[in-house]
Amino acid sequence: MKGNNSVFQGTPEQEAKLKEVIENRKSAPGCLMPVLQEAQAIYGYLPIEVQKMIAEGLGVSLSEVYGVATFYTQFSLTPKGKHRISLCLGTACYVKGADKILSALEKKLGVKCGECTVDGMFSLDSCRCVGACGLAPVMMIDDDVYGKLTVDMLDDILQPYREGRK
Amino acid sequence: MVNLKINGKSVSVPEGSTVLEAAKAANIEIPTLCFLNGVNCAGSCRMCVVEATGARGLVAACVYPVSEGMEVRTNTPKCRQSRKMTLELLLSTHKKKCLTCPRNMTCELQRLALEYGADADKFATAAPDTPLDTSSPFLIRDNDKCINCRRCVAACKNLQGVEAIGPIGRGYAVHIGGAFERPTIETNCVGCGQCIVACPVGALVEKSGTDAVWKAMSDPEKKVVFFTAPSIRATLSEEFGLPVGTNVEGKMVAAIRRLGDVEVFNMDVTADLTILEEASELVDRVKNNKPLPMFTSCCPGWIKYIEHNYPEMLPNLSTCKSPQQMFGALLKTYYCEKNGIEPENLFVVSVIPCTAKKFEVERPELKKDVDVALTTRELARMIRTAGIKFADLEDEDYDDPFRIATGGGAIFGATGGVMEAALRTAAHMLDGKFEVLDFKEVRGTNPIKEAKYKVAGITVKVAVASGLANAKAIMEDIKAGRKNYTFVEIMACPGGCINGGGQPNVPDSVRNWTDLKTLRAKALYNYDKKLEYRASHDSPTVKMLYDEYFDQPNSHKAHEVLHTEYTPREKY
Repeated sequence: MKGNNSVFQGTPEQEAKLKEVIENRKSAPGCLMPVLQEAQAIYGYLPIEVQKMIAEGLGVSLSEVYGVATFYTQFSLTPKGKHRISLCLGTACYVKGADKILSALEKKLGVKCGECTVDGMFSLDSCRCVGACGLAPVMMIDDDVYGKLTVDMLDDILQPYREGRK
Repeated sequence: MVNLKINGKSVSVPEGSTVLEAAKAANIEIPTLCFLNGVNCAGSCRMCVVEATGARGLVAACVYPVSEGMEVRTNTPKCRQSRKMTLELLLSTHKKKCLTCPRNMTCELQRLALEYGADADKFATAAPDTPLDTSSPFLIRDNDKCINCRRCVAACKNLQGVEAIGPIGRGYAVHIGGAFERPTIETNCVGCGQCIVACPVGALVEKSGTDAVWKAMSDPEKKVVFFTAPSIRATLSEEFGLPVGTNVEGKMVAAIRRLGDVEVFNMDVTADLTILEEASELVDRVKNNKPLPMFTSCCPGWIKYIEHNYPEMLPNLSTCKSPQQMFGALLKTYYCEKNGIEPENLFVVSVIPCTAKKFEVERPELKKDVDVALTTRELARMIRTAGIKFADLEDEDYDDPFRIATGGGAIFGATGGVMEAALRTAAHMLDGKFEVLDFKEVRGTNPIKEAKYKVAGITVKVAVASGLANAKAIMEDIKAGRKNYTFVEIMACPGGCINGGGQPNVPDSVRNWTDLKTLRAKALYNYDKKLEYRASHDSPTVKMLYDEYFDQPNSHKAHEVLHTEYTPREKY
């Protein structure tokens, strides 16, 4: 998983916030995980610029920060869209055809799984089970759950987000 | 003491010992793979599994502590079967290009697979096809051969404090690399090569320069000259099955001469020259209130490290080129002028214990004065390729005019050696009657050594560190004002060049239980003791160079040819 090439657009406010987080947490053992979580909450993702600030602030190496950031699936190295699509590829969803939904979404959005659309509207990720196997195949957009998906339903589901109604 | 039985044999070991250590004490071999004594102790590869009373299932001997009355069995069907399975799983994804792998016959995985009769294709998987990392001039990483033992990561972190590499990702996809998948040359890697000598397989090897050397030797336009670094005489022996610490200088010179029509010079000459330049620089800094402490500059791993991590301290780094680069510059100026050779027709090959020197020869400010830097391993490979029977060679001596050097130059190969050689000469410069030649406080393999000497009314406080993790500790102390020194010697590799990243691969079964650093260094100190000249300023070769060419240390000419400058680099 490599960081993408989009230009880092962090603000001074975000940086000040991250520095405060680092300052508050750095004396506690095992603080790298919570700092990464808060950094992701601040920036939405963990680009190299942010990871360097964390490495410098906590006095750990960049390779260690990157190792932890790539170990846990909760961390993202690429920016997330305004709306986050999370398609379940767990066993139940998969046997119900989630792979076809994924290819259809990739085609419709023009991105690969794990990426974000150029306009920043949608990011597409896969996940493992949202706990609604009875509705398989399932996806979430932000906090909304959509079940019993078929390829034909996707346009209608995405439309309100595109139009800013959701 | 704790009493236990291993394979029925009673043994007493100190409390807190591991089963592996107890087995060693009982002279019982347990195979290891991820364990590297003093470097990596993770218990993750499961090669060293044994049966122990009181334990459920098999336990990893390298991390399992002994207890009173414990009975351990190391060679049961269950142990053997488990180890064999572990090997077969490792082999399932391993790129098995063993025939042409540089680690063929020295690969630890290969040896274990053979010993356990593992089936290399028991679990067939799609052939992995990760691109090689060939971005740097010193290292090739082939992750398709990597078994994820983490020995390289541990060497980079625990010995060197560099942490240029780490594990990336998780599960099946985990692999070793630089942060953000950046190729080696774009990271803070210093090129020391400690990862290469830690690697049990062929995933990490030096970028070989042997082809270029063979080519130059068959080019009628080129005159090829070799020079060998101080430590090579003490380690090349290991490549040819001789005991660790055997000095093979004479055979080494003879072997190189048989590679082709070449001349062979002694790099101890420019080690001596470094001392004259560096000691004069130190005296000048002390007398004229210039930045102190002064740091030695002969180790290219250390230089790249300080450029990345302490760029603000670069004014404290001696401006002397390393002995390798001094030699290259000397050959392409003085030697070419004297012999009427066009510098571009002189092909200069250094034999060094070091992979960082491969980066050094590519530094633009050093203008390719050395064409190729070969490691001890590469020289051994060339000797084998040429079909030379190394052990049967008669001793020969280096070629003039770079034949005679001093003990001061020779001990450059061990931690503390540069300091001791510099003290021999600086003391003499400050007080012509100062006759001490042995400065034993700076010898030995302690990570950090300190001493204080009073010469001509001046107190000189010195420190010596080897292993960059120790250098880091010294640098932090200096930065925080906790320590103040006059002169500091740093060698990137623990123990100095005798334990460099270009030295022979020693399997873990030997390295884990042998003090390589001390044995190899002893060969150099014994050599120093019996040499005619022991202080660099007594070297007739150095005297000749100043008489004929440089006039005096730190002269204008000397600055032009023998000194250099440094480049601040990014921390990450």
